[in-house]
Amino acid sequence: MDVTVIAETSGDGLHPVTAQLVGAAASIGGTPTVLCAGGTGAAEAASISGVVKVISVVGDCFETFDSGAWAKALNSVTGGDVIIAAASPSGREIAATMAAIRGIPIVQDATDLTPGISVTRPIYSGKAIETSTVTTPCAITLRANAFDSAGEGGSAEVSTVNQSADVAVAVKEAIAKASERLDVAEADIIISGGRGMGDPVNFSHLNEIADMIGAAVGASRAAVDTWEEIPHGMQVGQTGKTVTPSLYIAVGISGAIQHLAGMRTSKYIVAINKDPDAPIFGVADYGIVATWEAALPALKEELGKL
Amino acid sequence: MGIAVLLKQVPDTTAKISVSEGRVDESTVSKWSMSPYDEYALESALQLKESGGGDLVAITCGPARVVKMLTDAAAVGADSLLHILVEDLSALDSTQVQTILAAAVAHSGSDIVFCGKQAADTNAGSTGPGVAHLIDASCVTMVSEVTPDGSSLMAMRSSPNGNERVAVSAPCVFAFDKGITELRRPNVRGIMMAKKKVAETLGPADLGVDISTSSVSIDGHTPPPQKPPGQKFEGADSVAAVVGKLRDEANVI
Repeated sequence: MDVTVIAETSGDGLHPVTAQLVGAAASIGGTPTVLCAGGTGAAEAASISGVVKVISVVGDCFETFDSGAWAKALNSVTGGDVIIAAASPSGREIAATMAAIRGIPIVQDATDLTPGISVTRPIYSGKAIETSTVTTPCAITLRANAFDSAGEGGSAEVSTVNQSADVAVAVKEAIAKASERLDVAEADIIISGGRGMGDPVNFSHLNEIADMIGAAVGASRAAVDTWEEIPHGMQVGQTGKTVTPSLYIAVGISGAIQHLAGMRTSKYIVAINKDPDAPIFGVADYGIVATWEAALPALKEELGKL
Repeated sequence: MGIAVLLKQVPDTTAKISVSEGRVDESTVSKWSMSPYDEYALESALQLKESGGGDLVAITCGPARVVKMLTDAAAVGADSLLHILVEDLSALDSTQVQTILAAAVAHSGSDIVFCGKQAADTNAGSTGPGVAHLIDASCVTMVSEVTPDGSSLMAMRSSPNGNERVAVSAPCVFAFDKGITELRRPNVRGIMMAKKKVAETLGPADLGVDISTSSVSIDGHTPPPQKPPGQKFEGADSVAAVVGKLRDEANVI
């Protein structure tokens, strides 16, 4: 079974999830060919164990993001029974467009695959898990950190193909992020604040702790809806980002079902809340019943000792 | 200029989801709502209609219960309502859903399409890009705002480095993230007018779409795995103990 893996990039290099896509392709008996849009990450992709071929697709259309153009260019250079991409915003969009071009079905955001192909994915933001069988050819996107990475040490052949497509989306202005903070969708540790923080100014305490441990700062919907200073990009939950970090620290978050849906699959959850009956304690591995005013200085001190 | 907004009715994000006999039991869903991102798509479509003219058609696909959501869309200003009757949407694969919606857009004569970036049930995000391809339109996703700009349209979308303002021409599809404006609420007059508005109901076959064979079959649903109960500590004095456990038990810091 030939599997086309769409490389996920981060800046000028490969995103680590790409090795997970390759690992998942191999786990269903697939022979993976990796496509690198605009050539980004091709050399790195070639060193992933199990990759048989890397196609570096180079063309003018890859200078700005137009999913229609990217999908057309990528689609024309390869066949394959299964397309696998990351369930990131761009991965979902490119894979969905390629699937539509080919007239094949797509299943998004899989957390497990078994040969056949049986696909497991969370639905209703994790309030239920669905298992379905999809016939090939098909496209599937995979959630980051849900699959084992293929190792290194591969030495796949890299071929370069010049292939562009008409661009219909013209970028007129780029507006840089207000802060250089790590995005919650990318982070391995997240510390989030809720309305219990009392005032958006108090998120500075979360920022300080985040800087100490390389964490991203998130927020509950209540905090985002209440305070203009807390942007939607920080929101974790069903209408924000679904995250699966190694460690999630919830501060002053009661744990509305909406929020739990976005973070309950985190590996370890710490909850700090003054209300001992807050629902967040139901999903916490370590719950601390305390005010943030008392707990955060102590947390800062203890982390400083590490 | 015809504007279409694609809407999906989903269990409200505050609703509990229960599984019985291996399937999500929809009869226990306490409240059905318009998917949150679709609300922003609708709001932006209304603003575009108000600034640039044109008719706005609200389109949805699903069983009879979804008509209420179309009426809600009419109450805030949708001009016409198109309901494609499908009893069990979850049985269809992405190709079928997109083919139905693309045919519905063509039926409405629209060339500017708004939708949510993903619906709050499957959270997939395939519909916008897929429909765009099928109607030969350009596609912009993660959009927070659309404004007219001469003969083209300007959209604000999020990008890995922040935001981008992009220009596209019709035909085009905008898949919305959370928008930057407040959602309007219907007023009494809108609600009264909406009651008189009748949705046009068609079946997939009326649009020339065959839904007899799906490439995806659902094998079952399960509730999310329950975590074993965690450890609970009293007071800020316990922070040191928890940090120790994060380091020694969990190995995450």
